[in-house]
Amino acid sequence: MLKQKLQDVLNEPACATNQAKTTQDRRKGCSAKALVPGAAAGGCAFDGAKVALQPIADAAHLVHGPIACEGNSWDSRHAASSGPQLYRTGLTTDLQELDIIHGGEKKLFRAIGDVIARFDPPAVFVYQTCVPALIGDDLVKVCALAAARFDKPVIPVNAPGFVGTKNLGNKLGGEALLDYVIGTREPQHTTPYDINVLGEYNVAGELWQITPLFERLGIRLLASITGDGRYHDVCCAHRARVNMMVCSQALINLARKMEERWDIPYFEGSFYGIGDTSSALRTIAEMLVARGAPAELLARTDALIAQEEAEAWSRLVQYRPALAGKRVLLYTGGVKSWSVISALQEMGMIVIGTSVRKSTDSDKQRARELLGPDAQLFDQIPAREMYRMLEAGEADILISGGRTQFTALKARVPWLDINQERHHAYAGYDGMVEMVRQIHRELTNPIWSQIRAPAPWEGQE
Amino acid sequence: MAAIIDHPRKAVAINPLKTSAPLGAALAFLGLDACQPLFHGSQGCTAFALVLMVRHFREAIPLQTTAMTEISTILGGADHVEQAIGTIHQRAKPRIIGLCTTGLTETRGEDMAGDLKLMKARHPEWQDISVVFAPTPDYIGGLQEGWAIAVTAMITSLVPEGPATPAGCAPAVRDQINVLAGSHLTPGDLEALREIIESFGLTPIILPDLSGSLDGHVPGRYIPHTLGGTRLEEIRAMGRSIHTLAIGDHMRAAAEALAQRTGVPFTLFDHLTGLAANDRLVTLLSEVSGRTAPPLLRRRRSQLVDAMLDGHFYFAGQRVAIAAEPDLLLALSEFLTGLGCTLSTAVTSAPSPVLNRIPTNRLIIGDLDDLEREATGCGLLITHAQGAEIAKRMGIPLFRAGFPLFDRLGAAHRITVGYRGSRDLIFEIGNIFMDHRAEHAPGHHQRHQEDDDEYSIGSQAAAG
Repeated sequence: MLKQKLQDVLNEPACATNQAKTTQDRRKGCSAKALVPGAAAGGCAFDGAKVALQPIADAAHLVHGPIACEGNSWDSRHAASSGPQLYRTGLTTDLQELDIIHGGEKKLFRAIGDVIARFDPPAVFVYQTCVPALIGDDLVKVCALAAARFDKPVIPVNAPGFVGTKNLGNKLGGEALLDYVIGTREPQHTTPYDINVLGEYNVAGELWQITPLFERLGIRLLASITGDGRYHDVCCAHRARVNMMVCSQALINLARKMEERWDIPYFEGSFYGIGDTSSALRTIAEMLVARGAPAELLARTDALIAQEEAEAWSRLVQYRPALAGKRVLLYTGGVKSWSVISALQEMGMIVIGTSVRKSTDSDKQRARELLGPDAQLFDQIPAREMYRMLEAGEADILISGGRTQFTALKARVPWLDINQERHHAYAGYDGMVEMVRQIHRELTNPIWSQIRAPAPWEGQE
Repeated sequence: MAAIIDHPRKAVAINPLKTSAPLGAALAFLGLDACQPLFHGSQGCTAFALVLMVRHFREAIPLQTTAMTEISTILGGADHVEQAIGTIHQRAKPRIIGLCTTGLTETRGEDMAGDLKLMKARHPEWQDISVVFAPTPDYIGGLQEGWAIAVTAMITSLVPEGPATPAGCAPAVRDQINVLAGSHLTPGDLEALREIIESFGLTPIILPDLSGSLDGHVPGRYIPHTLGGTRLEEIRAMGRSIHTLAIGDHMRAAAEALAQRTGVPFTLFDHLTGLAANDRLVTLLSEVSGRTAPPLLRRRRSQLVDAMLDGHFYFAGQRVAIAAEPDLLLALSEFLTGLGCTLSTAVTSAPSPVLNRIPTNRLIIGDLDDLEREATGCGLLITHAQGAEIAKRMGIPLFRAGFPLFDRLGAAHRITVGYRGSRDLIFEIGNIFMDHRAEHAPGHHQRHQEDDDEYSIGSQAAAG
């Protein structure tokens, strides 16, 4: 059954990367670029499934496996909740040697019972991992039995780490929502302004930089999937008029299948960058109107965009003198490879290159258009080469994720976190101003001149 | 002494205390110079451990994966191991690869030692690389146990067999001493310990030595593997030392293995925190070196004694709850009860021979949820960073100890060994107690819970 699911997910017709492949490559799945033992990096499918689902804040998230899977990772992301904190509780069956010899199904069943008795959550998500998958624990069946016994939704998330990458795990998380959650409940009321946002995980509270804009337009976020999410809201997500897909690669299967099943049109957008935020809001308004919302929404949206954009640019002006002429190496992926470029350029900064890992062809095209022919589009920069570039002073600041943080810092070069471990929120108009403010802070910090000064004995010997 | 309560019937760990055994093994390998640890498992096994270590040390951590898939697991992963070693040999060029298995590959079951032998025969170009194999299934023990397995593996695969001083063999080096460092010691601890040993004119070989590799240095060039830590030549020379200090009961097996291979006698210390433990250390170092304690250490001892005199008022009668791995739990609980605290709640991660020496009536092998449920009414919580939310919920101050400490700067530099480290630990914890002293107010003079004193009264009577 998992095998069929994998085939289905790997052959996603709406995925641009997948469409571009030959039939033969498509059969190999997302990881056609096979992982090289000894030179691989990145999370597993279980990691991805948990990333996608754990932000559902009022649910319990139980990991069936030995200690490594949950013990080494629990509560490690900054997906924020405005209320319930149960999602941050680390729950695992912590399988021991004897459990593996005898099979872990009974322990899992008891664990589900214990979690329900202790926390009384609206639902329990149960994550499969490699070891119980290998010994044949029937996760789906145990969850079905537990759901019947305890009269509570118990959702199997069948994405053991060894089936593939984090990205595949995101999609398998989406499949679990389709199979067990969305459509299992009806909202108390609906409005012509109901939307879902898919693939926004509220890292550092970014969703809350967007929701006030929705509120001002009278747009109702029916379900956030899954940042600051609530289980029962996600159950009702099938009644939304429009789906906005924020992190396109992650939950495209979910968006497409919701369109198939419940006629909810979707679009791919981003809240990173001023222009992108505006175009996302405009698209939402247009799609809602096309589905029957009053047409006056369009004018109100345009007014809000004009006001917000003017305000954001006027707030940014103050940083321009200090930032103009500074060279940025942007090392991220997906939409972020281009969506923040225009704000940086507006500050007079020079983007010397951007990475286009995990980016679609249209992402690459847009980056190319923004940067002109001279800038470099990198795929992957090996750590050694990146250290050389930074050490040689080819960039004044590296904007990237935690993985390359120490490459920059050890080269004594300013660094800004733009990926999921960050503590600052960079979404929407306020977020872009915040990002520029943080870049300014980092570049103008007094430590740089101090630590680049030679040690007393240098030059003496 | 302690009544150990295991949770054999408990089906779910809530807010785990434990991290995994392969992570502990990787950490030990990071204490070797020019080393590249490698997990034989799915790429997620590596990613999770890597992220946690990066957050704790705030350093780039070299840790690779054999990137096992569902199919390669079922068919057997030897060729993934072979490919990984080949790739690492070619790209990072370390001198040592620390190969750790995981739950995934151990469940499948592979003859890794045999496979490695065959691989080496097939690859003469691997001559300049030593592969040390540590079998660390995720489903047995935690960080401390994995660390112990790795250190024993380093000794059995890298230290040549043969007695220390027979004719024909290189003679013992008169001032050379081995230190087998447990996982409860930080890079800062090891740096301090090295200084103490050197003050007796001795040269320590510390295995593993995180103070060389993970002390947060800026190397000035790009290095793909560890830089600093115990060098291969030092490990090979351990048989020529005159004595071995093993710190932490979980280093016992490694010390025995070393003694068996080389005949170097060893002395085991549970920990090096507090006056008594350090007096024992100084006595031993004096005997081994033939020198009396240097003036600096005498002065520091006096400072520790003074800190105990000044500080004990704030510790006396305090109820403390600790959740930590066995050897760290023993170190902290002996230290705190030695200043007059009561260990009212003790939670640990795995069975260990030291547990019956933990000075408490009640010991749970469990998780941070057990800590939260048992610690009501305590004056201080001690556990790793994942306890911060619990401490906040309970309104009890937290002293962070163990791994991971991702919400503190300088986790690697915290020192709790030696006279000076013990002195500073009194100040640090004593100040927490001082900050949280009950205000004088009407109703403050409540009747005290005398049953709390039951254990100490009982144990004093027994001692008397």
